[in-house]
Amino acid sequence: MINLDPKIPKGELGEKWSQYRGTMNLVAPNNKRRIDIIVVGTGLAGASAAATLGELGYNVKAFTFHDSPRRAHSIAAQGGINAAKNYQNDGDSIYRLFYDTIKGGDYRSREANVHRLAEVSVNIIDQAVAQGVPLAREYGGLLANRSFGGVQVSRTFYAKGQTGQQLLLGAYSALSRQIALGNVTMYNRHEMVDLVKVDGKARGIITRNLLNGKLERHAAHCVVLATGGYGNVFYLSTNAMGCNVTAAWRAVHRGALMANPCYTQIHPTCIPQSGDYQSKLTLMSESLRNDGRVWVPNKVEDAEAIRKGSKTALDIPEADRDYYLERRYPAFGNLVPRDVASRAAKVACDEGKGVVSTGKAVYLDFASAIERYGKSAAHSKGIDNPGKDTVTKLGEEVIAAKYGNLFDMYVKITGEDPYKMPMKIYPAVHYTMGGLWVDYNLETNVPGLFALGECNFSDHGANRLGASALMQGLADGYFVIPYTIGQFLSKEIRTPKISDQTPEFEAAQNDSQARIDRLMNIGGEQSAESFHRKLGKIVWEYCGMSRTEEGLNKGRALIRDLRKEFYADLYVPGTSTEFNPELEKALRVADFLELGETLMVDALNRNESCGGHFRAEYASPEGEAARNDKDYTYVAAWEWNDTDPILHRENLEFENVELKTRSYK
Amino acid sequence: MKLTLKVWRQKSKDHSGSFENHTVEAHDHMSFLEMMDVLNERLVSEKKEPIAFAHDCREGICGTCNMVINGKPHGPLGGTTVCQLHMREFNDGDVIAIEPWRAKAFPVIKDLVVDRSSFDRIIQAGGYISVNTGQAQDANAIPIEKDTAAQAMDAATCIGCGACVAACPNASAMLFTSAKVNHLALLPQGQVESPRRVRAMVKQMDEEGFGACSNTGACEVECPKEISIENIAAMNRMYVSAVIGSQDEV
Repeated sequence: MINLDPKIPKGELGEKWSQYRGTMNLVAPNNKRRIDIIVVGTGLAGASAAATLGELGYNVKAFTFHDSPRRAHSIAAQGGINAAKNYQNDGDSIYRLFYDTIKGGDYRSREANVHRLAEVSVNIIDQAVAQGVPLAREYGGLLANRSFGGVQVSRTFYAKGQTGQQLLLGAYSALSRQIALGNVTMYNRHEMVDLVKVDGKARGIITRNLLNGKLERHAAHCVVLATGGYGNVFYLSTNAMGCNVTAAWRAVHRGALMANPCYTQIHPTCIPQSGDYQSKLTLMSESLRNDGRVWVPNKVEDAEAIRKGSKTALDIPEADRDYYLERRYPAFGNLVPRDVASRAAKVACDEGKGVVSTGKAVYLDFASAIERYGKSAAHSKGIDNPGKDTVTKLGEEVIAAKYGNLFDMYVKITGEDPYKMPMKIYPAVHYTMGGLWVDYNLETNVPGLFALGECNFSDHGANRLGASALMQGLADGYFVIPYTIGQFLSKEIRTPKISDQTPEFEAAQNDSQARIDRLMNIGGEQSAESFHRKLGKIVWEYCGMSRTEEGLNKGRALIRDLRKEFYADLYVPGTSTEFNPELEKALRVADFLELGETLMVDALNRNESCGGHFRAEYASPEGEAARNDKDYTYVAAWEWNDTDPILHRENLEFENVELKTRSYK
Repeated sequence: MKLTLKVWRQKSKDHSGSFENHTVEAHDHMSFLEMMDVLNERLVSEKKEPIAFAHDCREGICGTCNMVINGKPHGPLGGTTVCQLHMREFNDGDVIAIEPWRAKAFPVIKDLVVDRSSFDRIIQAGGYISVNTGQAQDANAIPIEKDTAAQAMDAATCIGCGACVAACPNASAMLFTSAKVNHLALLPQGQVESPRRVRAMVKQMDEEGFGACSNTGACEVECPKEISIENIAAMNRMYVSAVIGSQDEV
């Protein structure tokens, strides 16, 4: 059993980070110039880390498989970013953000990490505004806020429905400045294919130059992974097509541990699947639940009529609609957390009340919001007794100003007008709370290997609250790693430049070449894409919104069979020494096959329901998740082993928050 | 629906390319890129080389996808990237020509994939506010008028796809460059460096081999984020006053 020391500093919860920061080891400026750091990934976490470490004077090498750092999938985050600014004077505070996050995560995250996250959240907004991120404002010129699921305050800052884009472009601009100054060397179109350890420490990576297939060695004093989540193990998800687990999984092969992989987030509001050719699912931001009301027909026969096309949503009278979130969770209504909303949608559809031909969709309806805003707008324009058309027109204008780009996206994909007809939505895989195990310094169990953002497991427990991913990515990159990396590097100031001409680099490069050759030489019949699709179907069916012991055992066996088939019947066209997207995909699918199995093993091990992990055997009589705090208040960190992954545990200590049954009723 | 595709195939930037014909069966609900996926799956199953095309988020925001469809960057629908274009915009029997962006500053890597690193270098020349992490004051310390912030947002919404360059007869990058210049110049935080920024970015843009602007306006029409050509006018004004007002090199 590996000893997983979380290295949580001593002291009161609220003092831990500031005291620790004030007493941490530093690296002097003249020494920073001699230290090399590798950062893999240029999303919010990676770009902010690379930029900030460059500003501090380290020599940074940053890597992305994209053609530009600006393309990382953080760009697609829509709704917003949380911060405990309390600008709305509505009772928010650092403690409340901390508490909401712990509760939202179903008491499966580390208190000290989450409190630090809440503390630095306020600095992120300041930094973003200083970089020129055009966050939404009110008429007085001050910043605007909105609400997200699982909270009762308005603490979410946003830039239309493109908050991730604007924050990423902010981090990208800071990174670009450091590239121009020569502090960061940027490697685009380079994919990390292995981690190199020297004397037990992470000292470099092997990359594949995607333009010509060349394997390259890159050495540094330490390695920072900010390579995102593994949601694409489900094939269909809201992740971009290129999102993959390879960098993190290669680190696992070199001894890093994968923590809580079964904590996957199924987002309740996505555009439903329309056919077998579908390549990805599209999210409709959670912010829509501020104004949209979720419902299904009360009567199964109405739902059947809608599915057959003989009725539409507009034919269902108010009395025959079931606004099930408002009914089941009156305190939070449509703004319950994602895991709760997703399961409730599944329950409604399982009861036969789904509203598309596949039976898998519910309504998200803006009619009452349009009416409410329309009346208010008419009033402020001094229109007495406005007609229905006027109210609708004015109301639609307000909705368009708030969510216009999301509504446009919906029309483009579905061909239906959401101003006139309710949106049809269904849950889809969106985010993964699990990730590489890290301690309070964001260092993995491999010395010198750090993991930031979605790539690590640390802050969201078993369920992430909306608008907290951007917060965590930027907190880790701007305000945590620049300090905590010093704890490792201060001991490395006498370490000379790391050479890449050592047996360790040679061996890692040869391993990578062997893996590539193996895939190229199978010479079978099936494409990497077709294996990925099959894998996704298995993981979704047996490890999706509802899991059972029997199903997980079956799913695991199916994945192992699929892995055998993959290595017997894969076909990769072209050669390995050229630009070859099919080979890139094959390498990624190979790693997803192993990660997918680990996901099943973790879900099997966790005999409880918590957050995004719902085991049908462990539910309350009302169908809510039933935790088992006595036996499972721990982080499950898995060591890869081909026969059976090996479990290591970190017990979670709750000193400040009392473990309660999570209730949003 | 049955479609005939005329797709540009080119092995690398050093090879010459040509059109290749394919037929494909598509459904209304497919996105354009899913139609391409179906074709590629078939090519792989026939042990032929699939068509290389750039794509990632498939929700119109990452700016990776780039195809000229029947002569129009990102295809026939306004305000839309290729990945958000759906086959319901086409009819049975259509012949569709698919080409990469064509510009000297965007060399072809393979088939429909081009190298847009020139855009990164334009941003590196000055598309930022020089503030280190930790130097920021409170976010509400400087009020910014709502409409001004919204205008800055409209310019900042650029996804860096390069459709403006592909649409322009001169392959000019003025819309891309001016969107960033104007986004930052509209905000008080960005005004301090504005004169230096506009000169540095324009200089880099010229060095990359992009053409000059001749006010055709095609960039604005084809921009998937509908970024206004007014940004170019604003940048021109800023550039003139910055050049006249300063003697030092950028």
